[in-house]
Amino acid sequence: MAIKTYREALNEALREEMRRDDRVLLLGEDIGVFEGAYKVTAGLLAEFGDRRVKDMPIAEAVIAGTAIGAAMLGLRPVAEMMTVNFLLLAMDMVVNHAAKLHYMFGGQTTVPLVIRTPGGGGHQLAAQHSQTLDVYFAHVPGLKVVAPATPADAKGLLKASIRDENPVIFLENLALYNTRGEVPDGEYLVPIGKAAISRPGNDLTIVGWSRTAPMALEAANRLAAAGIDAEVIDLRSLRPADWETVAASVRKTTRAIVVEEGWLSFGPGAEVVARIQDLAFDYLDAPVQRIAGAEVPAPYAKSLERVSLPSADDIVRAAQRMLPRRRAA
Amino acid sequence: MGSMTEPAAVKTRRTPRPLDVDLGGAELRAICETMVLSRALDERMWLLNRQGRAHFTISCQGHEAAQVGTAAALRRGEDITLPYYRDLGVVLWMGMTPREVMLSFFARADDPNSGGRQMPNHWGHAGLRIISGSSPVGTQIPHAAGVALAAKIRHEPTVTAVYFGEGTTSEGDFHEGLNFAAIHRLPVIFVCENNGYAISVPRHKQMATATVAERAAAYGMPGIAVDGTDVLAVYRVMRRAVDRARSGQGPTLIDTRVHRFTPHSSDDDDRVYRPPEEVESARQQDPVEKFRRTLVQHDLLTTAQDHELRERVAAIVEDAVVFAEQSPLPAAADLTRHVFAESGRR
Ligand SMILES: Cc1ncc(C[n+]2csc(CCOP(=O)(O)OP(=O)(O)O)c2C)c(N)n1
Ligand SMILES: [Mg+2]
Repeated sequence: MAIKTYREALNEALREEMRRDDRVLLLGEDIGVFEGAYKVTAGLLAEFGDRRVKDMPIAEAVIAGTAIGAAMLGLRPVAEMMTVNFLLLAMDMVVNHAAKLHYMFGGQTTVPLVIRTPGGGGHQLAAQHSQTLDVYFAHVPGLKVVAPATPADAKGLLKASIRDENPVIFLENLALYNTRGEVPDGEYLVPIGKAAISRPGNDLTIVGWSRTAPMALEAANRLAAAGIDAEVIDLRSLRPADWETVAASVRKTTRAIVVEEGWLSFGPGAEVVARIQDLAFDYLDAPVQRIAGAEVPAPYAKSLERVSLPSADDIVRAAQRMLPRRRAA
Repeated sequence: MGSMTEPAAVKTRRTPRPLDVDLGGAELRAICETMVLSRALDERMWLLNRQGRAHFTISCQGHEAAQVGTAAALRRGEDITLPYYRDLGVVLWMGMTPREVMLSFFARADDPNSGGRQMPNHWGHAGLRIISGSSPVGTQIPHAAGVALAAKIRHEPTVTAVYFGEGTTSEGDFHEGLNFAAIHRLPVIFVCENNGYAISVPRHKQMATATVAERAAAYGMPGIAVDGTDVLAVYRVMRRAVDRARSGQGPTLIDTRVHRFTPHSSDDDDRVYRPPEEVESARQQDPVEKFRRTLVQHDLLTTAQDHELRERVAAIVEDAVVFAEQSPLPAAADLTRHVFAESGRR
């Protein structure tokens, strides 16, 4: 066990899986000598050579399509999209093909590929570089959608994704790459579809994933100082999602806040609320609160960007509204 | 303007070859001034970024001749440009002011490009017929085909020029856009600023062909490769392409060979993928310096004019920086402005 960054944990997972399985192949823009726009593929060209680490032309549809073809022929491609925003150029490959080929082929072939890509805002990269598009993928049957929040999960879930027989959209987050945490050495897998209880508590459930999971934890720690004992659930994956863990928590706490980085309308947060009311309606003491990004294309100017993103402050304020008798700091 | 030195050829001159362009001395000096200004503004942007006064920049340095040489063959206020993020020289020539450039760079409320919403260098100015650029590369190419189609349908004499790098020609949008434009003989010119790199990826990993120009044959349009460090060579090629487009003969692909003097952007360190000597030797072909030398050799730029030009440019840059940096940021209350059209219809 050692302290590592989220970025290093991803790198370790790729390296270990490439050593373990010769079929694992990396495809992406600037992933070779440049080691990826966010340096996740550091050292991999040097270790595995350009037979297995391919710098691709700027053609996202070709990256995804090539990964699909290679996966059908028995390789296990891991494609890097420079950001989720550019994955939009490959949506036909992802939605019409990766997600459906196994079904349309009557189960005769699997499509075991991973598309890794960072999303999220807050870095002054504006409208076409800062989006959180989780729902676009989570909506589609046939895709697994994984969104780790911690370095340990980044490693364990990426290894599990590479070994999965299904296409996996692996959502990283720009704001998490430099975050640090304990990462188990060697063979460490986190099963896809099992949420984590990041902090146990009794008064309130806060649900997040990816960047909003640590945000929820920060809010929970501040609320604790003010006498509110929040439980934090990190979903870890959106499809499959662990609704039972969420429902069990809400049955205990009777209150919930759902926090997401993307836009509010029709986002995964709405799905979480619907599942809570399906599975725990009788236990609720208050309407479930939702916190999300402002419904605008991400602006460049810092003065605008700052007010467009959800924050721990928003969570603390929502908790105070739900539990007015116990005032938080 | 640290890279500018006195032209070495002033003293030992021979009779120079005639320039062979339909431009007078004043126009040639204006082209030179726009190139010098592009370079000076760009150098200042890097400085401001490194001083922590601005978040991001991406550079035109090394591309100035390709940019100003092509733009100079267009009609201001009538022709339409779809520049990409390096095209400071294009937008300055088409009429954007240095103050406007700096307002965008500092993301100020009065930035005419986007009111501080879009990234710097993603130019868009309706009054100047400059169409807003995008971050996903190459999307401007089909847009340009559509703009040219509209001009043709409306019987407007407008020519459209669209700009992009060679790495961008790997995207489907490039191939699909050129194909469509050629089928309908649209009045559009595709200008590739071919600097040999797409961030770190060298040209030979983007295409198996030696040039971008030769791809034009596959779509049925002329494809012309030109030395993009020679502004007049670029101008001549563009001039023919513009005449062709305006007279209804259809599109042209121009492949300008240029060098990128800087890292990809202020977020990049290019030392990991190219040796510094490569950039140093490219600087021997500095397009700005080369053109100043040409004008001096042809007695089109006297020492006094040259001096005056540099002083003017330095003052313009200083004024633009001071003006823009002092101007207000967009107000948080305006966050949702422009998500939808305010009037609902046009
Ligand atoms: C669709 C898309 N994929 C990837 C990127 C990331 N990216 C930004 S610039 C760039 C390189 C572009 O190279 P080129 O077209 O040669 O232009 P240059 O920057 O060299 O002028 C890349 C890959 C992007 N902006 N858009
Ligand atoms: Mg290039």
